[in-house]
Amino acid sequence: MRTQSPPPFEEFLAEHGTAVMRFLIVAVGPEHADDAYQETFLSALRGYARVRDDSRLDRWILRIASRTAIDHHRRRLRGPTPSGEVPDYPVHDPEPPDAGLWAAVGTLPAKQRVAVVLRHVLDRPYDEIGDVLGCSNDAARANVSAGLKTLRETMR
Amino acid sequence: MTKDLRTLVSAADARSRAQAADERLRAAAQAAGEVDVALGTLDSPIGELWVAVTPRGLACIAFDGEDREVLARRFASVLSPRVLSASRMTEDARRQLDEYFDGRRQRFDLRLDRRLMTPFAREVLGATARVPFGEVATYGAVAARIGKPKAARAVGAALGSNPIPIVVPCHRVVGASGTLTGYAGGLERKAFLLHLEGDPTLFQM
Repeated sequence: MRTQSPPPFEEFLAEHGTAVMRFLIVAVGPEHADDAYQETFLSALRGYARVRDDSRLDRWILRIASRTAIDHHRRRLRGPTPSGEVPDYPVHDPEPPDAGLWAAVGTLPAKQRVAVVLRHVLDRPYDEIGDVLGCSNDAARANVSAGLKTLRETMR
Repeated sequence: MTKDLRTLVSAADARSRAQAADERLRAAAQAAGEVDVALGTLDSPIGELWVAVTPRGLACIAFDGEDREVLARRFASVLSPRVLSASRMTEDARRQLDEYFDGRRQRFDLRLDRRLMTPFAREVLGATARVPFGEVATYGAVAARIGKPKAARAVGAALGSNPIPIVVPCHRVVGASGTLTGYAGGLERKAFLLHLEGDPTLFQM
């Protein structure tokens, strides 16, 4: 039963920043990733004094990032962008084959998009994806495969 | 398809973008009052100094060569894990140290956070803080000042553990014959600081 404090936030940031940014670039799009990153880590910092060293910090921060990404989609659906429209992401390195995939990823429902990115960009296991999304292992798997199916159809 | 997803954003891209975003995050965290231990560095003639400031005041000054990772972990467990580089919160301490090394300041006007000191060290360092710029005291004199005249050795150990050197002037405490004896930052630094303050040991001898 260790109740030690977590590592200094600066160390935590150095350890998880890259993975969180990679996740967010695909999960909310390159254009919104920086804002989502701020939101994610500020929210983490607010709760950080209550975290214990033995909680899984990698899962904890991805849970916050996933929630931020899903909220982000909801806000945009309510916003001026009509739903269903393919967001026009400025891809920093606009290779033509990538542009299609970016657009296809942009059409996925929020939870599927997050699940696909956790599985196929960050290589996380299904039990962790379930943990992060607050659903069962099977539901996590179902979200990933439904997302991939849509991507394949869109890309065809 | 899944291979394409993996190559959509490279880890190197994500890393450089995260590092840029971290700068913005540190500023926002500070502005929002969410930083409990602010870190900053400054250059000095005795090497880069690393300072830690909390809302209560200056908590630590570390010399170049000290293990900052170990120190930051100590801050996390003793003070708060919300430890972040923050320029504004450390600005006052950094500026006053600059002025001191430029010879433009003899007294520091900074609040201190003494939570990294043991109760005994607090007593010893409190007495040490009253040795003025340009003067020195012996270990025995400091021991006498806190009412423990036989505790010179324990006083030496407490001074060695001083988390806020320079500002809490443990360099002004010397051996009975006026020799520099020890300094956590190394005798060369102690000699430099005393020289900056006009070599008071020479006068004592």
